[in-house]
Amino acid sequence: MPKPLIEVRDAKKVYQMGEEKVWALKGVSLSIEQGEFVAIMGSSGSGKSTMMNLLGCLDVASEGNISLDGVDVSQLNKSELAAIRNRRIGFVFQQFNLLPRTSALDNVCLPLLYSDVPENEWPQRAEKCLQQVGLGTRMDHHPSQLSGGQQQRVAIARALVNQPLMILADEPTGALDTQTGMDVMALFGELHAEGKTIILVTHEPEIAEFAHRTLTFRDGELVADERNASPRIAQRSSV
Amino acid sequence: MKLLILFRTAITALRVNILRSFLTMLGIIIGVSAVIIMVAMGAGAQQQVDNQIKSLGGNVFFVMGSFRSSGGARTAQVVRINEDDAGLIERQVPGVEAAAPYLSSNGQVIYGNLNWSTGINGIDNRSFQVRDWEIADGREFTQQEIQSGAKVAIIGERVHKELFGISNPIGQTMRVKNFNVTVVGVLAEKGQDARGEDQDDVIFLPIKTVRNKITGVDSTNPKSVRFIQVSAYDGEDMDYIEEQMRELLRQRMRVPANADDPFRIRNVSEMIATRAETMQVFNTLLAWVASVSLVVGGIGIMNIMLVSVTERTREIGLRMAVGATPIDILRQFLIESIVLCGAGGGIGVLIAYLFVFLGNNYGIGAGGVIDTQVVFLSLGFSALIGVFFGYYPALKASQLEPIDALRYE
Ligand SMILES: Nc1ncnc2c1ncn2[C@@H]1O[C@H](COP(=O)(O)OP(=O)(O)OP(=O)(O)O)[C@@H](O)[C@H]1O
Ligand SMILES: [Mg+2]
Repeated sequence: MPKPLIEVRDAKKVYQMGEEKVWALKGVSLSIEQGEFVAIMGSSGSGKSTMMNLLGCLDVASEGNISLDGVDVSQLNKSELAAIRNRRIGFVFQQFNLLPRTSALDNVCLPLLYSDVPENEWPQRAEKCLQQVGLGTRMDHHPSQLSGGQQQRVAIARALVNQPLMILADEPTGALDTQTGMDVMALFGELHAEGKTIILVTHEPEIAEFAHRTLTFRDGELVADERNASPRIAQRSSV
Repeated sequence: MKLLILFRTAITALRVNILRSFLTMLGIIIGVSAVIIMVAMGAGAQQQVDNQIKSLGGNVFFVMGSFRSSGGARTAQVVRINEDDAGLIERQVPGVEAAAPYLSSNGQVIYGNLNWSTGINGIDNRSFQVRDWEIADGREFTQQEIQSGAKVAIIGERVHKELFGISNPIGQTMRVKNFNVTVVGVLAEKGQDARGEDQDDVIFLPIKTVRNKITGVDSTNPKSVRFIQVSAYDGEDMDYIEEQMRELLRQRMRVPANADDPFRIRNVSEMIATRAETMQVFNTLLAWVASVSLVVGGIGIMNIMLVSVTERTREIGLRMAVGATPIDILRQFLIESIVLCGAGGGIGVLIAYLFVFLGNNYGIGAGGVIDTQVVFLSLGFSALIGVFFGYYPALKASQLEPIDALRYE
């Protein structure tokens, strides 16, 4: 049996709030294989985002171990974590987090700035990713000239540009209406079909239906881990 | 991350807030241009002084009478030196080229219905030798005119312009105070002297004419003069000549060994040099004040960079999320601050050049001589300010935790 892509063992996260300690994660263990499409669900404050931030190396666990692709990330320093985020992980945020007054193309190029990819390859790479998300004709547009759904697709192209092992999306449809949300989910479906590992956090059961596996959190603990025998498939509507 | 990309990123970021970037640079712009202008003005003044010393022949003394002292105390009695002293100095002090006696006064000069108030100097022809006066038109006085105290005049260019305009004054009769003189010569233009006085605003008459008609004859010292101008040959030891003149005059006036000199000897180039030194000190002081304004500009940069880091916390978080290391972030903000200061310095240099150019060519502002060394020094200094005052904000940015920065509202 191959080693899983992600392996979490008894991960805990505690926040110090003045005198009080808040346990955001109370000992979570899980493993995710390469190529899986996983939804993380749970009520507000259950620790979903905290878990995602640990998986994405944006934050480090207070206790326990997390290994990505065989590397124990709890032992790494800031620069090494930055390199992992750059090469292995693509982030998609609820609020898109695009650089304002910067073209879609330059936004997509951002992770390449911090990679080893030679500069002359940047435009092709970014263009390819924008085409993949259906924005081949909007490359010069600034975020303010794009709809919410289009902005989120630029963000997905940015997550793809360094060919990461996994895509982490924290409520990617949270700021979108139902129809554009469906479009974005269709895009994730396509990426999954191409073999990408996708982990997304959502509140909405109909979004989670797209995933092949659902992890449910409650009060900082993993309470359910279910397989979805017949995941939903959506067609992308036109741009 | 490559340097070129860092610079491009920095310029893009600064362009987004172009007005603020410019206002931030203003401190550096003013500081750099002020430093360069101050130093240029200092150098320009120095050059002017050098030219003035050169135009005076470089080795000229003034000798004038002073109070006689008796028993260590000054008396009210003014000793006047006379024409014979001039002859004595010229003949007996080795190294002296010429010694020219002067009687000076001033008054109205009238030609036709025009009148002009000017300096009236009584001289003999030796003055032309001592002061390097050139005759532009006409001639010097003749020996006969000097000895007889003839009513003839040589006029400065300013007087020429004021009274005669463009017409030829030679042979014309004009009125000096209450007598008529004939103009026999016009002096070549000389410009301003070290005090900024117009050297061309003058007329020359034979010394005897001035004495008889204007200042009056001192019965106890009938050949007295206001001062003697002495020129030495090039390369002579000025201090030695001064000492020789002093001894000669003391002997001639029979001054007791313990009494002060009843006359004064001034070395003109030394006087100018002393004044130049004072000016130099003043200019250096101003340049330092300007440097302080550079530092103040640097603090302004630091302030804005801190604001910018706070404003762009989410951007920093995003960059970190997609792979920027703390060093990457540190460099980004440091380069931004260096670009800000460097651009400010560059604009400052341009302004300084413009200012000095206008000063030199059109008399707007102040003229001077720009030292390229100072230009590079102040450019380097402003880049250094960029590093120094940009470091702390950049460090703060680099030390942010990615997750906190991303969440920052
Ligand atoms: N920086 C922080 N400081 C203190 N407490 C925090 C911090 N971040 C999260 N928490 C706490 O940890 C717990 C889990 O938060 P988390 O953001 O993971 O919830 P979530 O499941 O993502 O919720 P939501 O669905 O509302 O996004 C919450 O109780 C929250 O208050
Ligand atoms: Mg959350």
